[in-house]
Amino acid sequence: MTGSRTKAPRVAVWKFASCDGCQLTLLDCEDELLALAAEVDLAYFLEAGSARGPGPYDLSLVEGSITTPADARRIRHVRRVSRKLVTIGACATAGGVQALRDLAGVRAFASLVYPRPDHIRALERSAPVSAYVPVDFELRGCPIDKGQLLEVVGAFLAGRRPVVPRHSVCVECKARGNPCVLVARGVACLGPVTRAGCGALCPAFGRGCFGCFGPSESPNAAALNARLRAGGLDDDELARLYRTFNAGVTGGCGDA
Amino acid sequence: MTHRTIRVGGLTRVEGEGGLLVRARGGRVAEVRLEIYEPPRFFEALLRGRSWTEAPDLTARVCGICPVAYQMSACQALESLCGVTVDGPLRDLRLLLYYGEWIESHALHIHLLHAPDFLGYPSGIAMAAGHRAEVERGLALKKAGNELVAAVGGRAVHPVNVRVGGFYRAPGRAELAPVAERLRHALDAALETVAWVSGFDFPDVEHDYRFLALRHPAEYAVLSGEVAVSDGPGLPVRRWPVEEWPGHVAEEQVPYSTALRARLDGRPGYLTGPLARYALNAGRLSPAAARAAAEAGLGPVCRNPYRTIVVRAVETVHACEEALRLLAAYTPPDPPALPVEPRAGVGHGASEAPRGTLYHRYRVDEAGLITEAAIVPPTAQNQARIEDDLRALVEPRLDLPAERLAALCEAAVRNHDPCISCSAHFLDLRVSHE
Repeated sequence: MTGSRTKAPRVAVWKFASCDGCQLTLLDCEDELLALAAEVDLAYFLEAGSARGPGPYDLSLVEGSITTPADARRIRHVRRVSRKLVTIGACATAGGVQALRDLAGVRAFASLVYPRPDHIRALERSAPVSAYVPVDFELRGCPIDKGQLLEVVGAFLAGRRPVVPRHSVCVECKARGNPCVLVARGVACLGPVTRAGCGALCPAFGRGCFGCFGPSESPNAAALNARLRAGGLDDDELARLYRTFNAGVTGGCGDA
Repeated sequence: MTHRTIRVGGLTRVEGEGGLLVRARGGRVAEVRLEIYEPPRFFEALLRGRSWTEAPDLTARVCGICPVAYQMSACQALESLCGVTVDGPLRDLRLLLYYGEWIESHALHIHLLHAPDFLGYPSGIAMAAGHRAEVERGLALKKAGNELVAAVGGRAVHPVNVRVGGFYRAPGRAELAPVAERLRHALDAALETVAWVSGFDFPDVEHDYRFLALRHPAEYAVLSGEVAVSDGPGLPVRRWPVEEWPGHVAEEQVPYSTALRARLDGRPGYLTGPLARYALNAGRLSPAAARAAAEAGLGPVCRNPYRTIVVRAVETVHACEEALRLLAAYTPPDPPALPVEPRAGVGHGASEAPRGTLYHRYRVDEAGLITEAAIVPPTAQNQARIEDDLRALVEPRLDLPAERLAALCEAAVRNHDPCISCSAHFLDLRVSHE
């Protein structure tokens, strides 16, 4: 018996500040879920089951941004018990929509929401995981794409780098045959500076890209912004366009 | 045993992070706390200064499981503020999208999160070892819901096609045809699911719940309606328009939780969600759902929290059947959205998220910027009532071994499918005997 079968790789799924949408994407792999569960040991995945198998884990998938002192400690623990650590989604890779507080200050935000903000323990920033620990791979998206998630999990289990695009949504838009909403209809669109992955979904529905997947490689935001201003967007509107789910991204695009 | 502490680290199979503390003194439960320690995300604050058009996309991010509910409550609040009513085929398309979310969310909760409690498995995935056909059926049902959301909304998590006034683009009939085909199978699967879950072994428990749910003149309310309240068995049902919400429901902060806690007419401890909807609206279920409910033995009102799984299954039948009806009659609304012009004022909106009534309120200025936002999610409303359920569960069982008691508490919390990340997420049980 000994050595006749390799031990199933141990996978853990962790949640920090987030909406659960990215880990739900794993459960949304309806056709692949049971097959995947047969190949790996889902040793820690609180949303899906009561198993709390101890570490170490071969692969940790981390959802959510780091926003509390306790979570800052917990992410260091996750790193220590994980051979590979992959962040999934805009929260874990860029701070998420909750990073909008970085612009206003967390105290100001807390006092708007809670009668007793002093009872709320929150860090000044909603930070990406990489601000605290080394990350082996960042999968972008708000939410992530199911196909990309399966590619990333498969690649890490096979010991290779995942193949996901770094180019812009515009490439997907052309491949899909969408008319350009910006050129043809003057709709504000972040497609030229946003990373591919969604399949150019918004333009396919006749609206402009609003940047769920964060910045593409080498985005020329200055050129896009000039075009958007010429189309009538004022600075406040431009700022709001960029400041959504990836506002906390470091070295992000946008001179707004 | 004068001092005793029981702890469960992290509530599983719920959406989010929370814990539980039980304090006992002299054999009596002195205090029960559902401690929601989901990190606060401050949505109401980050909405300030945003354009009124951004609320549906931004608030969708409160919850990955029920983003459509957030989008619908937000849209309707803003439309009412602008004096616009989305009706007819556009409203039908919204309902269709919403039914998709009910199907995927209910199928997820029933098969992957809740059924394992009754069958003695740690997870839905583990349950597949002994109940593969049922788990596969559940996944197929969930997939049908997700495909409906994606066909109308663009994608299953955080749909992109919703806007104030309607949609960016109405899907063509041909785009929806494959979904209709899958939904026909889903309706059969949902009926089989009712029969399956109604055969589970339910603890014999009933609570005198106060119920709150939307009520619509013609529909089993999902998208809109008045707020209906039943204060208890035998008491008349009170109704008031959504605009009167602030006069009835107030939120308070408890120091141990990042979720605010709602009071209804001055008192905490009421229930919204499947049991409330069923109690207040059962007469408006679709024909197949009404038959399924009768065959499952639900009666006109169900006060057994463990049987929420049956009610969810019945609601899934309803959602499949109604979605099929809407699909059969579907012609793409043209244009896909009504024109809406912002104006200064306050707007209220509510819809029935899979977990219960979800209320939104926005104040908007002349420029169309949001100056104030309030979101009251189902879990904030149910939190105090879940604590009451736990108190009733724990008190006669204080002598049980810690692990057993913790497992019972977790199961009791899961009855209500709390969406903890919506409310502020999961469960850590501590019992201390003083």
